[in-house]
Amino acid sequence: MYETIGIWVGAFFTLAIYSFLYKENPIYRLAEHLVVGISLGYTMAITYDITLKPRLIEPLLSGNHWILLVPAVLGILYITRFIPGIAWLSRYPIAFLMGTAMGVSFPLTLKTDVLRQLEAAMQPFYMSGMPWHEIFGNIVMIFGTLAALIYFFFSKPHKGLFFGTGSKIGIWVIMLGFGATFGFTVMGRISLLIGRIQYLLGDWLHLIE
Amino acid sequence: MKRTVPLMIVMVGGILMMVQYFIPHQYSQAVFTNYTQWAPIVGAFALILGVGSLTRVHSHKIRRKTKNWQYSWAVLIPLYGMPFLAIIWPQSLAGGMDSPSIFHFFFMHIQVPIQSTMFSLLAFYIASAAFRAFRAKSALATILLLAAVIVMIGQVPIGEIFGRWLPETGLWILRYPNLAAKRAIMLGVGFGILATNLKIIFGVERNWLGGAGK
Repeated sequence: MYETIGIWVGAFFTLAIYSFLYKENPIYRLAEHLVVGISLGYTMAITYDITLKPRLIEPLLSGNHWILLVPAVLGILYITRFIPGIAWLSRYPIAFLMGTAMGVSFPLTLKTDVLRQLEAAMQPFYMSGMPWHEIFGNIVMIFGTLAALIYFFFSKPHKGLFFGTGSKIGIWVIMLGFGATFGFTVMGRISLLIGRIQYLLGDWLHLIE
Repeated sequence: MKRTVPLMIVMVGGILMMVQYFIPHQYSQAVFTNYTQWAPIVGAFALILGVGSLTRVHSHKIRRKTKNWQYSWAVLIPLYGMPFLAIIWPQSLAGGMDSPSIFHFFFMHIQVPIQSTMFSLLAFYIASAAFRAFRAKSALATILLLAAVIVMIGQVPIGEIFGRWLPETGLWILRYPNLAAKRAIMLGVGFGILATNLKIIFGVERNWLGGAGK
């Protein structure tokens, strides 16, 4: 019974969203507003259950983690944003999170987005037994990365053999990359669409297995 | 107090967390462990700002009876109803998907279908955008079009009708030129993040302070 009602409600809201393809209408607007309320309400409940309760409330109630009052007070300072006279106090928790997050992410970004990428780009062109398309691919990857980097380097005019030709090759590589990414994204969306149609025709109407 | 102290908190916190990464000492590890315990607690309270703001906007709409004000109830009722349901049936939170409850009903049968349908709706808009953007008017647009078509057809079984070369070419494009472009973009983004991090830590970038109380 629970599942049957759930499927009917799910099918109703699926059709409500697809009705937007015709034009905006009250049913679509209702679904749109509901999803905002439900997702934020769900996030509130889950945040309390997996963050505040085990990390703050239970340790405080156990009576020997009074140091946790510091992040609790910092967190409560967010509310001052709604009180015009002392709204500036809300900068303290933002400063705490902002500063520490910047500090933590600096070495990690350096490692993952820069050093690891450089390391991965430094591949040998050729090794014995490697098929020709891999050798060609390695050459394209190394020179393509360099050319795309030249294209993104705006401190010098894109003229001459190095910057001019490099940036031209760079934009070709970038276009190939964007095309591939676009194709991949379309495939992802189409598979979601197929999933929804399977839900309507299979789970709801039982027309397909 | 209004600007200098927050800027100092950012600088001290930022430098401390940056330095601790390079010092494998127990005190340095303790700083990081405490941070990982404190940051989610402080961050969780930020949700109050979002909820408060949303409540203010929609209650204002209802009070003033502005255009489409009735829909604001569709935001506010589940916004406070969901935590209320979780409080009166706490087992629905602990039990996960296995224990059916009204709380999970709202999530599984309203939120999940709406969200996945919204994402699938993009398939139609992507197709119409592609039709307008992909007209092979220049050499670069033609490359974009070819790469997208080869990757798309190469991913589906129908691609093999044209021969093995099509899926293999699609895979080759994904594996080499696509990776080269992504890597260059990722390096640029990485350097951008590092520069922004340093600008925020050293107080050059101060937009995050906002306008509260000047």
